[in-house]
Amino acid sequence: MEQFFQVLLSGLATGSIYALAAIGFTLIWQAAQTVNFAQGEFVMLPAFFLLAGMHFLGMPFWMALIFGLLLAVFVLGFLFKRVLVDPLLKHGGLSLIIATMALAILMKESVKEFYSAEAQPFPEIVPNGSWDISGVIVSLTDISHLFISAVIVIGLQLFLNRTRTGRCMQATAQNPGVAEILGVNVKRMVLYTFLINGVLAALASFLITPVYLAKFSNGEYLGLIAFIAAIVGGFNQIRGALAGGLLIGVLDNMTATYITAEYRQAVPLLLLIAVILFRPQGLLGTSEGREA
Amino acid sequence: MMTKRNMWLLAGLIALILAPLGQGNYVVYTLCSWLIFSMAAMGLNLTLGYAGQISLAQSAFMAIGAYTTALLTLPPAEDGVGGLGLHWLVAMPISVFAAFVVGLIIGFPALRVKGHFLAFVTLAFTTLTFLVLRNEDWLTGGTYGLVGMPRPDFGFFNTGKQLRFYYFTLAVFVVFCLLMWGIIRSPWGRAFKALRENSIRAESLGVDTRRITLLAFAIGSAAGGLAGSLVAPLVQFIEPGSFALVHSLKMLLMVVVGGAGFFFGPVIGAGVVILMPEFLRFTEGYYLMIYAATVIVLIIFCPKGLIGLGEIIRNKLRKDKKVRGDMDKGAQL
Amino acid sequence: MSNKVMSVSNVSKRYGAIQAVDDVSFDVYEGEILGLIGPNGSGKSTLFNCLLGQTRPDNGSVEINGHNASGLSPSKLNKLGIGRTFQQLSVFPEMTVLDNIILAGQEHHGSMFSRLFGAPDAGLTPEADRLIAFFRLEHLRDEMAGSLSYGQQKLLDAAMAFMAGPSIVMLDEPAGGVNLTMLGNFKERLRTFNKEHGTTFVVIEHNMEFVMSLCTRVLVLANGAIIAEGTPDEIMNNQMVIDAYLGG
Ligand SMILES: Nc1ncnc2c1ncn2[C@@H]1O[C@H](COP(=O)(O)OP(=O)(O)OP(=O)(O)O)[C@@H](O)[C@H]1O
Ligand SMILES: [Mg+2]
Repeated sequence: MEQFFQVLLSGLATGSIYALAAIGFTLIWQAAQTVNFAQGEFVMLPAFFLLAGMHFLGMPFWMALIFGLLLAVFVLGFLFKRVLVDPLLKHGGLSLIIATMALAILMKESVKEFYSAEAQPFPEIVPNGSWDISGVIVSLTDISHLFISAVIVIGLQLFLNRTRTGRCMQATAQNPGVAEILGVNVKRMVLYTFLINGVLAALASFLITPVYLAKFSNGEYLGLIAFIAAIVGGFNQIRGALAGGLLIGVLDNMTATYITAEYRQAVPLLLLIAVILFRPQGLLGTSEGREA
Repeated sequence: MMTKRNMWLLAGLIALILAPLGQGNYVVYTLCSWLIFSMAAMGLNLTLGYAGQISLAQSAFMAIGAYTTALLTLPPAEDGVGGLGLHWLVAMPISVFAAFVVGLIIGFPALRVKGHFLAFVTLAFTTLTFLVLRNEDWLTGGTYGLVGMPRPDFGFFNTGKQLRFYYFTLAVFVVFCLLMWGIIRSPWGRAFKALRENSIRAESLGVDTRRITLLAFAIGSAAGGLAGSLVAPLVQFIEPGSFALVHSLKMLLMVVVGGAGFFFGPVIGAGVVILMPEFLRFTEGYYLMIYAATVIVLIIFCPKGLIGLGEIIRNKLRKDKKVRGDMDKGAQL
Repeated sequence: MSNKVMSVSNVSKRYGAIQAVDDVSFDVYEGEILGLIGPNGSGKSTLFNCLLGQTRPDNGSVEINGHNASGLSPSKLNKLGIGRTFQQLSVFPEMTVLDNIILAGQEHHGSMFSRLFGAPDAGLTPEADRLIAFFRLEHLRDEMAGSLSYGQQKLLDAAMAFMAGPSIVMLDEPAGGVNLTMLGNFKERLRTFNKEHGTTFVVIEHNMEFVMSLCTRVLVLANGAIIAEGTPDEIMNNQMVIDAYLGG
């Protein structure tokens, strides 16, 4: 039983980080109808920005963190939108999706060639250690991950629901045509969405990388998990991506502990197939927006 | 009568026949894999270029084809993983059929929902296939894979030697192209095209879009199975890594680079992907990077791929000629 | 009175705050040419799309030849004998005129199997040629549809709706962008078709001259609801219709 709680908690902790990537993925999907196949690499890359800041530019850790964040927002948010998304949107979704696939390869290979093909140690951002609560070992890292992710998600929700800009962004996501008529600067809102995705990717990156070590190929699995979480939860909302991320984190940990380590990776995939078969709108999604 | 197009085709065929002569084993091997990947990519082109759906499972279908063929053609073993010792001519149709049926099974639910769900389902499928191939070593040999698949012997023509295997592959390729051409020219092909150009209008004219898309995908998958069925005896060693997701991505990019929706586009795309690394040896590890960057640039500036690019250039030249024609007239007047 | 071929009951469709179609019921009788008119945005195209499986109405039902046809897909409805056009021009630009027309008929011939292994044109070339000639497009037969002029594409678009030998043809603004000579011609074609094949027509059109001279009966839609019904003469003298257009 004690073990069960430990597994559950660390599942939730990892899941909350997956959720950050999944939320970003969902936001981009809503704002630009773009399936970003490079989302996993978006989470892989900022960790290397941070490492580069520390090792090549000799920055102290906290400065490198900010440097990594800003660079991620610029490259993954601004440049991604301007250089890739804008010119391709007019050719239709297919070209853009395939371009993001090529982008994923490009990012992966660049890190491998220009930084290193080996896994790199990555500084812990959150405190280590554990508490013992009546036999249940509670990892401080897990708690911090959960806490930080929760703060980010709540902050994002508040921003989207309580601020004018946030509400404009939501209007844009729901119906760009109407938003435009109502005087929303649709283009700017879409850009904001991309910037936010950059922030989310960077934060997820800084949180998850200490667990896996920094490696160029980290994105493969993370990306898969991110959009499985988004689809399983329900493509059209943040809640869905959040629930999907948590669910997959927990399932993943449970399978590895209790069922099979060999087929651990298969569980999210089977979940994905099951959802598409039986509930294509996602667990929390509404069927609207899935038809046309 | 010899049309211009047929002349080009004949010239291409003659070039393919002459290409391996006097070349070393390695070059011939590379040419073989070009033809094989061309077939897989042409199949994928049906899904992507005609039906407008993304499939990330072409490498999984190649795996199905390759492992089925391997298990059927390998000699029975006393211990370890053995096969049934059947002839390739028996194994190949079974492999192709297996890929076709699996294509139907995974395509059916995925295509119920509009959007890019096939992309996700096929992505999951490819990863699952990889896991099964790696973990079920009683059947697939696990990470060690399967070795020593025999090359088919047709009595009068044994394909054991590299050059002979090349001509065997070429023969299969030519037959395959004729079949594909038949499909594209048939009412099915017309429906595929209509779907790509205006699916709503097509549906209002009685085209069952879902069924047609599913068929395009399943036929494309069967082509992947055929390619796998040829890879097994070519390489004579297959392991899960050769069919990982990245190979599906590569094939998708072959189609896009060559020109999605053009009949021979994928052949050119496959040529670029398979043959270019040989020319770009000097770039060493940067090759994939350069390739990915080129693909992005190509998609941005010429979404119709290299064939599309060729067409644009040709049209420009033509226009120039026409203008000159007018000027000639002007001079006469 | 002749037979009902289509019967629409209580169809409604709402888009956000806009009630695009508001509880519409009417019948279509065999062999008539029914006009559907109304100001811009009155819900004519939405009504078509609700009836023809393109969008799902919020409620209401459709019967075609006595069979319940609600919720059927556009391709099924087409197989039931309904040919249609869309308001937006929709041809297949990178296929030849001939291929466009053959496509419009091929799904009605043979089986899935014969369409793969049979003749590439499904044996439809003679019939397609006849239709092409009927719409006076012979000289463009082997041109890419995308290279035709707007009016020519509009004709091709309409021609496709006839290829499968439908019993009902529903046209959404067939006259838009077609020049006058061609239009008179087109009107003649429709009338001939109606006489020779007994085909029923439902036609949305803004060109009043066209509607009033062609149609046997006219429905008027305003703000999603039917406000008047009658012969062209009755409609032209109906005060409510005049108000709807002027106030529209
Ligand atoms: N997909 C949609 N989403 C939201 N509103 C829609 C949609 N389709 C139609 N509408 C609205 O429904 C109303 C009716 O539109 P519809 O196109 O049916 O009118 P119409 O009578 O065909 O007009 P026109 O003569 O200009 O073609 C309009 O107010 C339109 O804005
Ligand atoms: Mg309209």
